[in-house]
Amino acid sequence: MIAFKVNGKKRVFKGAPFTRLIDVLREHLRLTGTKEGCGEGECGACTVLLDGEPVNSCLVPVCQVEGRTVETVEGLGSPEKLGVLQRCFLERGGAQCGICTPGMLMTAQAHLRRGGKSDDASIRQALAGNLCRCTGYRHIVEAVAEAARAEGKR
Amino acid sequence: MRGDPGATTVLRPATPRQALDALRREPRALPLAGGTDLMVSWNAGLLGGRTVVDLSRLRSWAAIRSGRESVVVGALATHAALQESAVVRREFPLLVAACATIGAVQIQNRGTIGGNIANASPAGDTFPALAVYEPLIQAVSASGRRLIAFSEIFAGVKKTTLCPGELIESLELPFLRPKPSRQLFRKVGTRAAQAISKTVAAGLLWLDKKGTVAELRFALGSVAPTVRRLSAAERFLAGKRLDADSIAEACRLLEKDISPIDDIRSTRHYRLEVSKNLLRQFLEGR
Ligand SMILES: Cc1cc2nc3c(=O)[nH]c(=O)nc-3n(C[C@H](O)[C@H](O)[C@H](O)COP(=O)(O)OP(=O)(O)OC[C@H]3O[C@@H](n4cnc5c(N)ncnc54)[C@H](O)[C@@H]3O)c2cc1C
Ligand code: FES
Ligand code: FES
Repeated sequence: MIAFKVNGKKRVFKGAPFTRLIDVLREHLRLTGTKEGCGEGECGACTVLLDGEPVNSCLVPVCQVEGRTVETVEGLGSPEKLGVLQRCFLERGGAQCGICTPGMLMTAQAHLRRGGKSDDASIRQALAGNLCRCTGYRHIVEAVAEAARAEGKR
Repeated sequence: MRGDPGATTVLRPATPRQALDALRREPRALPLAGGTDLMVSWNAGLLGGRTVVDLSRLRSWAAIRSGRESVVVGALATHAALQESAVVRREFPLLVAACATIGAVQIQNRGTIGGNIANASPAGDTFPALAVYEPLIQAVSASGRRLIAFSEIFAGVKKTTLCPGELIESLELPFLRPKPSRQLFRKVGTRAAQAISKTVAAGLLWLDKKGTVAELRFALGSVAPTVRRLSAAERFLAGKRLDADSIAEACRLLEKDISPIDDIRSTRHYRLEVSKNLLRQFLEGR
């Protein structure tokens, strides 16, 4: 039995301890916001925050999450009440097909939280482990910069 | 085909003793640190049926401890933790630079220095920096402990000299006194992040007051089955002045110590030229 927190809620997983975190999230907890792209650590689509830091959930066996906290895109906001980053991605056209978006959002969230810089190069460096086949990245970078400005004003 | 989690036994020792006992009973079990290499193989279905010994509860093995003459880095220290450590940043900047090029932030948050070494990829990006810093590796098993010089840890592509059931506990990096006059880290790949090296280099140079070479240490990765120090060039330059002739000779001698190959990422010719350029630029102080 493996106990941990997801988006603030206590969760218990009773299946095989070597199940990948992404499968626990999607198939057992029905949190299907987190996406699988490559399944080998390259694309970042499966990024979630583990104790606040971005990790690829396709490379984390759930046994290593025991007692820790996980944040997924569902924790950022809901369709009715979008988080700041989510709103900026929408407004700036930071999402097209949407497969990379949940991972992008989580990595960007960690970057903003740790007070990361909002210039182009810093954002691109922070998001280097998240690949996007659609947008060409420009609108994603702008959306993150916009969110940084919006959060700064609060 | 992905591995079947139901068919994989995971042991989660809480103490080093328990981990070593588990490995004594089952020497073929796979140690698991950050999983950034192991889980890729496992996801590809390559490790089916193997028992896994998860080391992640051994918190003391993640510590970075600074002493008077050295720093002891636990095997479970992540590439992110190494970049954040004040003492590592001050004393071992080439290692910090190397860790910053490993994958991207997601990989750096999980991948460990012990896992990087134990995985023994010819393209392991921390190896040139470690090769010039010359750490001692503390290896432990149920039957005891031993020190392994970094230069002795690799046996070939994906092979170390660790015995079955033996773990890397930590590495001890001696402070450099005096500090080097010049240093270099360069990774050459297709893209800044998430790219496997075509060539990766680290160099340290000490010049004496007269401008002659007191000591040179230069290491290259991805150009041989394991990381290589350029012993011939290092020996040749000791006591010499750095001028056009001596630098040209050092670059010629470089071929004695490396054996690059053609592969999907690059060619033998390209790797050789880039390696020579890196050495030449370093020696010219550019
Ligand atoms: C997308 C991606 C990008 C990457 N980019 C790079 C890169 O740019 N440069 C680079 O060098 N590497 C790269 N890697 C490889 C990997 O991230 C590193 O080698 C990392 O340091 C491995 O550490 P780990 O803790 O994740 O190892 P694990 O996967 O947990 O283990 C790796 C191997 O070491 C063994 N092992 C682990 N810890 C110990 C120990 N303490 N004692 C004995 N054996 C042990 C395991 O049994 C296994 O065989 C990348 C990987 C991915 C998926
Ligand atoms: S699905 Fe995990 S990194 Fe691509
Ligand atoms: S929006 Fe399609 S992959 Fe990024």
